[in-house]
Amino acid sequence: MDYLLTDEQKMVKELAHKIAEEKIRPVAAIYDQTEEYPWDIIKVIADAGLFGLFIPEQYGGMSVGVLNLCIATEEMSRACGGIAVCYAASALGTFPIVLFGSEEQKKKYLPDLASGKKVAAFAVTEPEAGSDASAITTSAKKQGDHYLLNGLKHFITNGGDAEIYVVIAMTDKTKGARGASAFIVEKGTAGFTFGKKEDKFGIRASSTRELIFTDCKIPKENLLAREGMGFIATMKTFDMSRPGVAAQAVGIAQGALELAVKYAKQRHQFGKSISSFQGIQWMIADMATQVEAARAIVYATARMVDAGIKDVGRESAMAKMYASDTAMKVTVDALQIFGGYGYMKDYPIEKYVRDAKITQIYEGTNQIQRNIIALEIIKELAR
Amino acid sequence: MNIIVCIKQVPETTEVRINPETNTLIREGVKSIINPFDMYAIEEAVRLKEKMGGKATVITMGPPQAEAALREAISLGMDEAILVCDRAFAGSDTWATSYTLSGAIKKIGAFDLIICGKQASDGDTAQVGPGISAHLDIPQVTYVKKIEEVKEKLMRVERMMEEGYEIIEIPLPCLLTVVKEINEPRLPSLKGMMRAKSAQITTWGQNDLNLDPRQIGLSGSPTQVVKIFTPPHRTGGQILKGEIPEIVGQLVDLLRLEVP
Amino acid sequence: MSIQVIIEKCTGCTLCVKACPFAAISMIEKKAIIDLGKCNLCGACVPACKFKAIILEKISVKCETPDIKDYQGIWVFIEQKRGKVQSVAYELLGKARDLALKLKCSVSGVFIGNDLGDQLDELICHGADNIYLVEAPELAEFQDEPYTNVLVELIKKHHPEIVLCGATAIGRSLISRVAIRVKAGLTADCTGLDIDPEKKILLQTRPAFGGNIMATIISPNYRPQMATVRHKVMQPMEPDKRRKGKIIRESFDAELYFSRTRLLDIVEEVESLVNLAEADIIVSGGRGMGGPENFKLLEVLAHVLGAAVGSSRAAVDAGWMPYSHQVGQTGRTVAPKIYIACGISGQIQHLVGMQSSKIIVAINKDPDAPIFKIATYGIVADLFQVIPALTKRFQETLKK
Repeated sequence: MDYLLTDEQKMVKELAHKIAEEKIRPVAAIYDQTEEYPWDIIKVIADAGLFGLFIPEQYGGMSVGVLNLCIATEEMSRACGGIAVCYAASALGTFPIVLFGSEEQKKKYLPDLASGKKVAAFAVTEPEAGSDASAITTSAKKQGDHYLLNGLKHFITNGGDAEIYVVIAMTDKTKGARGASAFIVEKGTAGFTFGKKEDKFGIRASSTRELIFTDCKIPKENLLAREGMGFIATMKTFDMSRPGVAAQAVGIAQGALELAVKYAKQRHQFGKSISSFQGIQWMIADMATQVEAARAIVYATARMVDAGIKDVGRESAMAKMYASDTAMKVTVDALQIFGGYGYMKDYPIEKYVRDAKITQIYEGTNQIQRNIIALEIIKELAR
Repeated sequence: MNIIVCIKQVPETTEVRINPETNTLIREGVKSIINPFDMYAIEEAVRLKEKMGGKATVITMGPPQAEAALREAISLGMDEAILVCDRAFAGSDTWATSYTLSGAIKKIGAFDLIICGKQASDGDTAQVGPGISAHLDIPQVTYVKKIEEVKEKLMRVERMMEEGYEIIEIPLPCLLTVVKEINEPRLPSLKGMMRAKSAQITTWGQNDLNLDPRQIGLSGSPTQVVKIFTPPHRTGGQILKGEIPEIVGQLVDLLRLEVP
Repeated sequence: MSIQVIIEKCTGCTLCVKACPFAAISMIEKKAIIDLGKCNLCGACVPACKFKAIILEKISVKCETPDIKDYQGIWVFIEQKRGKVQSVAYELLGKARDLALKLKCSVSGVFIGNDLGDQLDELICHGADNIYLVEAPELAEFQDEPYTNVLVELIKKHHPEIVLCGATAIGRSLISRVAIRVKAGLTADCTGLDIDPEKKILLQTRPAFGGNIMATIISPNYRPQMATVRHKVMQPMEPDKRRKGKIIRESFDAELYFSRTRLLDIVEEVESLVNLAEADIIVSGGRGMGGPENFKLLEVLAHVLGAAVGSSRAAVDAGWMPYSHQVGQTGRTVAPKIYIACGISGQIQHLVGMQSSKIIVAINKDPDAPIFKIATYGIVADLFQVIPALTKRFQETLKK
């Protein structure tokens, strides 16, 4: 489908596509196996200027918006969802600084993130606070010119490899949801260590770790915006980044679809290519339409964000939910088309199934997304 | 440093397939790309420019569509681009091509270094680079796999040979042709692609260059192609059948006489 | 110069479309239309048309070598490294003898260097009637400028009609410069050389487009006709100790021996124990090898056979083998006696690099792999079972 992309967006797509095909695809299987952080690829993405897509120009970026971020993420996810998420998760960790950072904070942290010299991570989830983010217990106690951070974050993407972390911690438990604040914490700060690297089902090229804060001293200059802004910052950040996760799912689905169609064309049974069987054709038609629909909703949402429309909560949730559910379905169907070969690790398709699953879970489970959507709709239509 | 890179736009031969029925090339929809070896020349020029400062100009002789190759070169880091294009240049063999390109380089003016790719993937002759240096009467080193050091008027390079390499000192200005071992070409950057889109390409035709009309194009070309054919299609032989020990035995018997 | 299709004669048979290497001709309403933007005036379509419907008008060439008739004899540049004659020179002498028979002329070797006296007899045994010998300390090792100057002077003085040279790093570099200086036609990497029986000119055949097509080229109006030929393409003649030859010593002004470049050092690399390009047997691995450690299996087999180890692009991209071992479109082109492809599917990009091998053996568990279409002997089986068995069997048979 022609999404009437601008020349600039077409360039982003072309560049991300090149990176995906020339640099990511050849090594995707290796990173999936070794689980090494793909620093080589991060450098390529950075040199191409793609880390600048979500950072304003005056800090070394290009400031060209969420749709461009989605296009880049989608193209790279076609080749490997795991490697692409290292990029997307850095965007997630960067958005709070872009949206809420002071001039000094932006000047200090954004240039390195734009150049890809450092990657970022966003830390809100805790062992007892997943969907229920307000249940976080990590605390930040103000002590004069610094805060003392104590607590544990887990399942943090880019954890351990990122240099710059945006951590949500409670500054005032009595205020409930308004008692959380966002802090910028650098790797290497005393009292900030990492737990073991998680051994994951999918997106194995990315690193997922626990963040452990033990009397970690953070200078008060590292507070983002004001105390109490923590969850607002989180919500606004997710609104921006959710289309990106959705785009990752679309990319994974698209990649799986392409592999399945190519395979169906060359696989011969009963004297002909299986792509000539109606059963397979119908599957392909459904898969392709679903991917296109997912893409359309993601792009529409991204355009809304770029246009400055304030309230995109519902659309973001719809995009994320629909795209990730589609990715799960399409990748499983694609594996089915591969038949027995699809089940073998020798063939690339099973990785797509494993990579797709997480998109239904992180950045707000699809159940939470449904809650968000339903509440919004009811609020609007049943006044 | 003032660097000139000569490139050529070629068909993407990896896309060229042979029609099994007619034994001919399937050429529909074959993309045009920058000659793969020239990508290494471009990358080396950009690296030198980043290290030593200066300017890098990319030049190509070709039909109007070669402009796309020049724009791609700009997206990779070239500063300026020149298209040498004229119907009069059509039919040039390597002699006339290197003559014409030398004429254009003379018009560019002073330079420190010309870098070319080892050869073009369509003609595969590797003659234009040395041809340019002969026409301009400058020293050359071909098959450069590493530039060890660059001083003001002198360069030390490694030249790849069949069983190793030579270390050669060469004064500037000079010409180098480079091989793939020299570097890993970068991908274009977004900023580069945007610059390439809006860049102004200078085009020079016969009238812009001081060339002897008898030495350009078809009339300036000592060689002529008289025939083009597809090589005899190699067909398969036999699939060896049986259990592995049998097959292995068969194969060894078939091959042993060929093993020195 | 111009090219045009005589529409009335065109029957829409599409033979010209197929002949054009630049995809410049298309059929529109059953008539051939030439896209002048793509047409390179190579003229391949003209003979392809059975109805003589394509006319290529060439401006009569005014610039040409004067006194073409005065140019006689076939020269072979005798490449030497550290004073030792390279085998490609013997191969070219062999071919030159064939050509000389058809032209009824002599074969001369051009030998530049220092202290070369002990090699002259061998050259004569291998076909040289004369040897132009230019010796000087400055010329001991090859450098572009002095060798170019010397060869140019020799050509100007002695007017050979054909000059052949090995398509080596040295040869290709040298001969390109010489061809410019003497304004001669030069064809690189010829796989075939012959003499046109009527016109008595050199027919030079070479691959283009990565080997997908072959072109025959002539230089009718310029002398000498120059060509480079790759190692192992031509055959040397059986050395004949009874042959006699003349040594013609030449020397030139010292300033012609001056080189602006300086050769500082020669570094031999033992890394590639058997040079891929030179190997008679190559054992090559692809994606089917599964990982870098499995290439050890191939190395053992290669050792038994005295072979080099090659690799497809897939294995190099995956980091299992260094790029220097890559065979294919973007790697090396090889033409060994035996090419054993293990776990290589046979994409055209790879085939292009090895399809001229004399015998191709393919081992792949996928019966549909394209490589079986061109393999002389195919084995559809698990290479991890076949290779060790093959190695053992060869070991026993060759007693290594």
